[in-house]
Amino acid sequence: MKALLVVAALCLPAVSQANVSIFACEPEWAALADELGGEHVSTYAATTALQDPHYIQARPSLIAKVRNADLVICSGAELEIGWLPALLQKANNPKVLPGKPGYMEASAEVLRLGATTNVDRAQGDIHPQGNPHIQTNPHNIAAVAAAMARRLAQIDPQNAGVYETRSEDFLKRWQLAIAAWELKAAPLRGIRVVTHHKSWIYLEQWLGLQEAGNLEAIAGLPPTATHLSQLTALLLDNGADVIIRSPYQDGKPSEWLSERTHIPAVLLPLTVGGTSKATDLFGMFDDIIDILLGATQ
Amino acid sequence: MCIDLLKRAILVLIVVFPAVALAQPTEMELLRTAVAEMRADYDARIAELERRLAVAEQNVQQASSAATIPTPAPGRTTSANPGIGVIFSGTAWDHSNSPDEYAVAGFPYGGEAGPIEEGLALGETEIIMNANVDDKFTAWLTLALALEDGEAVTEIEEAWVETTALPAGFSARLGRFFSGIGYLNSKHVHTWDFVDQPLPYQAFLGGQLIDDGLQLRWLAPTDLYLEIGGEAMRGGQYPAASAAHDGVGSYSLFANVGGDAGSGSSWLAGLSYLDATAIDRPSGDEDDPLLFTGDSKLLGAQFVWKWSPNGNWKERNLILQGEYLKKSETGVYSGLGLVDTPYDGDQSGWYAQAIYQPIPRWRFGGRVDTLSADNPGILFDGTPLETGSSDPRRFSLMADWSNSEFSRLRLQFTRDKAGMTDENQWGLQYIHSIGAHGAHTF
Repeated sequence: MKALLVVAALCLPAVSQANVSIFACEPEWAALADELGGEHVSTYAATTALQDPHYIQARPSLIAKVRNADLVICSGAELEIGWLPALLQKANNPKVLPGKPGYMEASAEVLRLGATTNVDRAQGDIHPQGNPHIQTNPHNIAAVAAAMARRLAQIDPQNAGVYETRSEDFLKRWQLAIAAWELKAAPLRGIRVVTHHKSWIYLEQWLGLQEAGNLEAIAGLPPTATHLSQLTALLLDNGADVIIRSPYQDGKPSEWLSERTHIPAVLLPLTVGGTSKATDLFGMFDDIIDILLGATQ
Repeated sequence: MCIDLLKRAILVLIVVFPAVALAQPTEMELLRTAVAEMRADYDARIAELERRLAVAEQNVQQASSAATIPTPAPGRTTSANPGIGVIFSGTAWDHSNSPDEYAVAGFPYGGEAGPIEEGLALGETEIIMNANVDDKFTAWLTLALALEDGEAVTEIEEAWVETTALPAGFSARLGRFFSGIGYLNSKHVHTWDFVDQPLPYQAFLGGQLIDDGLQLRWLAPTDLYLEIGGEAMRGGQYPAASAAHDGVGSYSLFANVGGDAGSGSSWLAGLSYLDATAIDRPSGDEDDPLLFTGDSKLLGAQFVWKWSPNGNWKERNLILQGEYLKKSETGVYSGLGLVDTPYDGDQSGWYAQAIYQPIPRWRFGGRVDTLSADNPGILFDGTPLETGSSDPRRFSLMADWSNSEFSRLRLQFTRDKAGMTDENQWGLQYIHSIGAHGAHTF
């Protein structure tokens, strides 16, 4: 009788909820996967908004998650180069290796800015494939959403229709939201911004902001006193409207600069969870625009 | 008639226009929203059309070729295949006693173990090449260039191929590799937190166990990290020797578990076992060594805990780490007046260390490492196996500065109570790397 029960249990079709297990390197891609997959996916974000995604330890817990993932979705363009290869190497999961349907780089779906053939490390943490922080332009999110929906349909063909419907619905809401954001952010066009790291160039391109400088003299290295005082002099001469940093960056350099130049310093959500209002992708852009408008009025 | 219409139109304009112009902000917003919605609706429709076009295009592409995934190959080896990197290192070191006479009573060193070279010295220069071989294998080569007695020597430190396509969480590695036992054993020299290996690694593994063979690893399909591995090795390296049993002289087993504790902490714990056969294994003085023939078993246990505020490693972090190793050997010793003298002894050792990074670039650390052993008996009096009056022990402090993740300068001070006479050692080390650089494991 027991044996019969076991056989019966083995023969039962797998329960169809949470079909696809998704490992997202960053919270924005986990949030997007939730929008597109709903109850058909279970997502795990490897990092939080409070962690610098360039510097993550290849922790045992992350290896275990990659081992069981059906889809790994990361920003790519070498953002995770310090840790993702170690996870993939240790996880023994051939489904999610580069080149397989289970591996996706979001930045491969958009036009990356700042790609260069000059990879001299004297210039710091340069990504030759372009700037990987693509999530700050909502049009990029839309492009990744379409690609992710196709990938989900490929991995889980049984629910292909669901992913198509959900992505159509998401994109409709998203395009509406973009139009509203663009209208609301119109007064921000042309403002001069100083950013901690070059994390915001896609936002600048989208809203027509001008980058007046970076707190990091060399990309990826902490701001130096010399560079900050040069930047102070430059900003006192030329002016700027706002100093931007991300939640995982040390607040001291931007506060220091703000005190001396009287340019307001703000913290913007670089990803979902970066501020209390950025609870999803919609909230993230709502908050980015509200904070910038608040600081520049 | 026509004029009448025109008049009415003008009238309507006159009445309505100011009303629009002077409309309350709320009305303005309503209008704006309406316009925005119209725009959004069109945008959505256009986006939808574009998406359909893209899907259609993709379908055509997929129909015409078998290649489906447009994602470019990521990672370090995109611009060059294979990825090539070079690691540079060197030391400036001072011992208060001559390092040539350095020995730890009761623990004759074998393999590559020994004190850091005195004065200015070039360390190992490593050339690393790695790439995927094809869709089922990946390969790795580390060449170590070193100076031995003024001669440049090239050693194959690692040369392995590994499967990438085995199902069910398995992987197999073939070739020469760092054994998976212990925690520090599989760490590359350039990732060490101190200039030298702790005493138990020096005494029991000849510094680091590298051998030729086969490694099999399995990762459990659980949220708790559980890795089990085993190795069959040639047994040509300390603590094995002479590739006994027709060239399958050592076996190992290891298991690691790990996970997170809260948002900022993660841990890894493991056990390992090594069974090695030695035939005429040299240890102690290079020119006049002791030779051991017999069976050598090693048990290891380790624990590593890493913390950073909210898991944001870049700004601040702390690593606590400790390992315990126990070696049991049964066999016979020859040399230095001994002739097949029976030996049956246990030796053990441990180290514990802490590394703290209070601000980006700067790290500070401390380490205690120690050994202890049974006295092997009166037959071994006067030989390097005769234990000293107290357990060998060292205390080390280090500070290092990394301009970027590719360069590091380190200062280390060690109070050594392990050698024949207590002494101080201190010095500087640099570790720099260029080219492709593999992601570091936990």
